[in-house]
Amino acid sequence: MSILVIAEHDNTSIRPSTLNTIAAAKLLGDDIHLFVATNNSELPNSASTIENISKVIASIDDTLEHQLPEALAPMIKEIATSYSHVLAPATTFGKNLMPRASALLDSQQISDISGVIDQDTFKRPIYAGSCIATVKSNDSIKLITVRATAFDPVQLIGGSAAVESFDSVASNDKSEFVSEEIAKSDRPELTAADVIISGGRGMQSGDNFHLLETIADKLGAAVGASRAAVDAGFVPNDYQVGQTGKIVAPNLYIAVGISGAIQHLAGMKDSKVIVAINKDEDAPIFQVSDYGLVADLFNVLPELADKI
Amino acid sequence: MKILVPIKRVVDYNVKVRPLSDNSNVDLNNVKMAVNPFCEIAVEEAVRLKESGAATEIIAVTVGTSASQEQLRTALALGCDRAILIESEENPEPLVIAKALAKIAEEENPDLIILGKQAIDGDNNQTGQMLSAILDLPQATFASNLVIEGQTANVTREIDGGLQTIKVNLPAIVTTDLRLNEPRYASLPNIMKAKKKELATKSINDLGIDTSARTEIISVELPPQRQAGIKVESVDELVDKLKNEAKAI
Repeated sequence: MSILVIAEHDNTSIRPSTLNTIAAAKLLGDDIHLFVATNNSELPNSASTIENISKVIASIDDTLEHQLPEALAPMIKEIATSYSHVLAPATTFGKNLMPRASALLDSQQISDISGVIDQDTFKRPIYAGSCIATVKSNDSIKLITVRATAFDPVQLIGGSAAVESFDSVASNDKSEFVSEEIAKSDRPELTAADVIISGGRGMQSGDNFHLLETIADKLGAAVGASRAAVDAGFVPNDYQVGQTGKIVAPNLYIAVGISGAIQHLAGMKDSKVIVAINKDEDAPIFQVSDYGLVADLFNVLPELADKI
Repeated sequence: MKILVPIKRVVDYNVKVRPLSDNSNVDLNNVKMAVNPFCEIAVEEAVRLKESGAATEIIAVTVGTSASQEQLRTALALGCDRAILIESEENPEPLVIAKALAKIAEEENPDLIILGKQAIDGDNNQTGQMLSAILDLPQATFASNLVIEGQTANVTREIDGGLQTIKVNLPAIVTTDLRLNEPRYASLPNIMKAKKKELATKSINDLGIDTSARTEIISVELPPQRQAGIKVESVDELVDKLKNEAKAI
């Protein structure tokens, strides 16, 4: 049977999380199809060059601009019947959409997989990553969301998939899009960044985040935050790294003024190299960091900005 | 307006959960249990809607063993008017929970169903969306702001790139994110009053739904542990290590 991947995109380009999801799909089968629901008729063609996919199933309609789940889930239900697995990234897009489609198909979704054992069996973190469960699904169509950081992405180019259209667009009179505030930044996205520098409650104010931004700009890094910093109103919610925020695994993660609550560690402990800067030498963050510096961040950050 | 608030009994968020020694599941012997934090936010939002005059009745409901009565009493102490326990085996799957909740929703006809976006045990983040699908109602997940306007709700949602606002027709399902509100604590007089509030019990087997499990837990293990590294003494040493040892910058 073939594998269906639901593309996450912004109508202009396919998001990187989709490429990680296709990488997970490769572990399940060779015939991978990508479902692209959009208002942009060019997007399916540009998606057709992604490696490892054999077909793009394109649904193009103006009503699909915001991809609300009330419209998308019934479409997935209809398409899914010819597949053994349906995968989407475990981002807010996939988390919102997939359980709705799963219930329509009477299938018990497997959320946020971090490993594939075989066609039916998957690894996934539970209890904020305190434990890893190996779970077997007995449903005939398996709906799965994929933890992007656990799978190395496939390339955007190199493939030449056929594009097929799926015209049966579901109507949605239940919900409508009103507005969106999407942060615009020249820095990389948190979930795709090679380097991340994050601030916690120790930053003391949102204004002080410029100390991190200076370093981020030198390193080409993304800026993140702990839940404590977001709850305190220092920075917006989309900065949050953690169990209930973004899960990241960059090459280098620099935690500044972050104590290391379990819910934060759950979002970043798979980073390759972790640096912690904190004035409290007993902070739990030092137990997971490769390099710890016990110091006042307000002294250290300007010096670090000079020396890197 | 009538509000249904499904809640869940979970391990207290301060407990560090470990696998059983035979790795068959997590070890939940003698651990502290509590209302799932996202469910507390759901209860709080419903109570605020009642306090503002927008809602008239709040019904708390849970699917679980009889021990879950404790969490329903907490919800009653926080301001819910009555409670329903759907008694089941331990740890029903989200799809089974959603089917059971749908039956209660069909009986009670709430205008709004508010529940947590995920339970901090399985971290599945499924039940609200599944319930919406089964009831064929709109869903507003990961809410950080909720405004009722007549027969619609305007909901601001926390999404990866920032915030999105959608408008859903009532009845609707809303799932709560962390910043929707800060839940209150139950006062002692309210805890006492809650003991007298109605708590009905139903068996999940009487609801006419398929309760069979679709998944099996093969094993539960600790994740690979990170070794604590070294402490550096200065910024110079840190930069040197990152450049020459870790080759990370």
